[in-house]
Amino acid sequence: MTQAPDLPLWAALLVAFLVLFGASVSLIGTLGLLRLKTFYERMHAPTLGTTVGMASILLASMICFSALQSRIVIHEILIALFVTLTTPVTLMLLSRAALYRDRSEGRERRDKP
Amino acid sequence: MSMAFLGWSITIAQILLGLAMLCALWRLLGGPRAQDRVLSLDALYVNAMLLLVTFGIQTGRTFYYEATLIIALLGFASTVALAKFLMRGEVIE
Repeated sequence: MTQAPDLPLWAALLVAFLVLFGASVSLIGTLGLLRLKTFYERMHAPTLGTTVGMASILLASMICFSALQSRIVIHEILIALFVTLTTPVTLMLLSRAALYRDRSEGRERRDKP
Repeated sequence: MSMAFLGWSITIAQILLGLAMLCALWRLLGGPRAQDRVLSLDALYVNAMLLLVTFGIQTGRTFYYEATLIIALLGFASTVALAKFLMRGEVIE
């Protein structure tokens, strides 16, 4: 169950800290998704996981594989770049759709009585 | 000795990410409106991606990287398609 790669001590300390930190930050962001009241507040919460959480876990992965193969392995930076580029695009599209839906429903509610 | 705390911290991180996925799933099932469900699907796939990265660290193999990249690509495409659907009522016009 608690399987771990064979790392030197400095890399093991860094990887353990970064993985725990990233997972905690992602959990806090998703708890915000669960706890906040309105949709427009909820939209901000999971971006904590997609910026800080993702960056620290991918940094831990880079350090782990660089120490395992004793050369610099940074292909995880592609994932980081892709997620950093695509998260604002998706959230902007989603917030525009939510605004449109709210506005159209508000108009219906005004027309009803 | 260094093996023990590294293994335990990776396992605890996986449990935390699983709890985050459960929170996103709760919002996905009981979200009051459709845009809440799309947003929680987005959070769900990001957390699943991070969970796969921690599995890759745990086993020390690099083939989890391709799965992570594919999840990121497909999650982006699906969220954009769902947001477009909420906006227009159809995906491809």
